[in-house]
Amino acid sequence: MNAVRTPARLGALAAVAALTLSACASADEPGEITVTDPWVKTAESGMTAAFGELTNGTDETVVLVAAASAVSTEIQLHETLSDESGGMSMSEKEGGFAIAPGETLTLEPGGNHLMLMGVTEPIEAGDIVDVTLTFEDGSTVDVTADAKDYMGAQESYAPGAEMEMGS
Amino acid sequence: MSSDATDLGRGLSRRRFLFGGAAVGAGAAVALGVDRALPPSRAAELDAAGLNGARTVAFHGAHQCGIDTPIAAHATYLGLGLRDGVDREDLARMMRVLTDDAERLMAGEGALADTEPELATVPAALTVTFGFGPQLVRRAAGSSAVPAWLGPLPAFGIDALEEQWSGGDLLIVVSSDDAVTVAHAVRMLLKDSRSFASLAWRQDGFRRAYGSEVSGTTMRNLFGQVDGTTNPEPGTAEFDQVVWATGSGDTAWLTGGTSLVLRRIRMNLDTWDEVDPTARSFAVGRRIADGAPLTGSRESDPPDFEATTAAGNTVISPVAHIARSRPVDSREVIFRRGYNYDVAPSGEGVSETGLLFASFQADVDAQFTPIQRRLDQADLLNTWTTPIGSAVFAIPPGCAPGGFVGDTLLA
Ligand code: HEM
Ligand SMILES: [Cu+2]
Repeated sequence: MNAVRTPARLGALAAVAALTLSACASADEPGEITVTDPWVKTAESGMTAAFGELTNGTDETVVLVAAASAVSTEIQLHETLSDESGGMSMSEKEGGFAIAPGETLTLEPGGNHLMLMGVTEPIEAGDIVDVTLTFEDGSTVDVTADAKDYMGAQESYAPGAEMEMGS
Repeated sequence: MSSDATDLGRGLSRRRFLFGGAAVGAGAAVALGVDRALPPSRAAELDAAGLNGARTVAFHGAHQCGIDTPIAAHATYLGLGLRDGVDREDLARMMRVLTDDAERLMAGEGALADTEPELATVPAALTVTFGFGPQLVRRAAGSSAVPAWLGPLPAFGIDALEEQWSGGDLLIVVSSDDAVTVAHAVRMLLKDSRSFASLAWRQDGFRRAYGSEVSGTTMRNLFGQVDGTTNPEPGTAEFDQVVWATGSGDTAWLTGGTSLVLRRIRMNLDTWDEVDPTARSFAVGRRIADGAPLTGSRESDPPDFEATTAAGNTVISPVAHIARSRPVDSREVIFRRGYNYDVAPSGEGVSETGLLFASFQADVDAQFTPIQRRLDQADLLNTWTTPIGSAVFAIPPGCAPGGFVGDTLLA
């Protein structure tokens, strides 16, 4: 079991690191940002996505601007929008995700998510994937996401789309 | 988990306080026409809270749930076969994921990455119990970790075993008072085991619906027999001694666990139809009407195997089911927790019916097998019953918060 995990369940509250951080938080650090139920879709290679709920417990708006993990070459912040063809497609979120004080950003299949672009080693069910979230002010929050098999969260919902996520 | 770890009806206890538990219980017995005397420890009470769906059973504890916790109306037994190459490290990942699913679902929440979390909101006393077959234990920790009794039972003359109901590497038992809840939990757990194992068999069982009878009423099987009268009571010292295993050395991982024998036993209702009530009672040694021994007047009366008729024969036949199955010494006791099954018949038949006979015991060889051997040699019930499936599993102990089921073997 990962040392970061206090509750019994997978990923119930992964960002304990952030709580620790907040104890000595200076004014320009995001402080108490908690991440609940972080998980990542399993993938042999290629692309996959990570999800969870980020709650901003500080009294200032925080902006998630980047994410990184050893298991992929790049992580993009994606949003899912309806497109001209009548389908849904995802694209990079310009300027990152702002979370107002007390608000929660939900990263979920079919919605906003973290897109792992080049998976470097297979992510298998039950793996624990470390992801580092970076906020606009340069502060970071470490998250341990649990890998789960999942059939949804396809790269594109548009009919005839070529790109398929995961494998 | 001990029965005080079960949290059945937080609402219920408050209401019971308001209405007076004893009064509600007694009233319920009268209203439902319960004339069979229940063992005192099986509290007879109505679900005064009304809605039953919110009831939860605690997941964590020294023992897994679904053994000494109250028995629910529906149970699905799933037997899985491990995929080639799945090793100890994979098994740990699998059990971590499945444990997390079970814990969340039993709390009435969707599992992580649940595609239908809306179906998880009515746990109705959901329990999920895991068991390990010999191959899983071997892959996890080598042959020396396999308990001596973990493997196929000896062959019995009465057996007509079918591959499709037998064996298995991983057992998952899902039970709840709500069939929709069972279906959703089964789907979630099977999806999350798919990377590691494939489904070999599935056996669905049922008992009377929650609330149809005073809880704790001994079930009737589909022969109409009162089935489960003489059985250790959860929460007693006898139960603990009968059920919970103590391992040592390489089998120390099993301490706090137990074993499950699952036998799919076909009951031939067509030939049973030919048997009149007196003969039906004679076959078991108990009255079909109320489950009382032929030598007594109430279900709870102890049978007298010595009592004789005017003609000098024993009242309870020496080959009646209870005469043959009664333990000959105190080590032979088992804890039975069966379910009915009733599935679509094949061919000309109108029914394909039977018992998912399930018994828990610390040691299969010492407790279960001697009884089964006696029944194999002689038992009037054999006329109408045929074992068609058989599987034995080691049931690991429960886990603490932060742990996972099987961590004593895999961590
Ligand atoms: C379809 C198959 C079976 C049916 C219909 C059946 C039915 C019954 C019934 C009606 C009773 C009497 C009430 C009670 O105490 O529960 C009973 C008792 C019992 N049965 Fe079975 N049974 C079956 C198979 C088995 C098997 C396979 C075993 C174990 C190998 C077993 C072990 C026992 C035991 C230990 C008792 C209690 C005996 C006592 O009074 O001490 N039964 N069963
Ligand atoms: Cu994307």
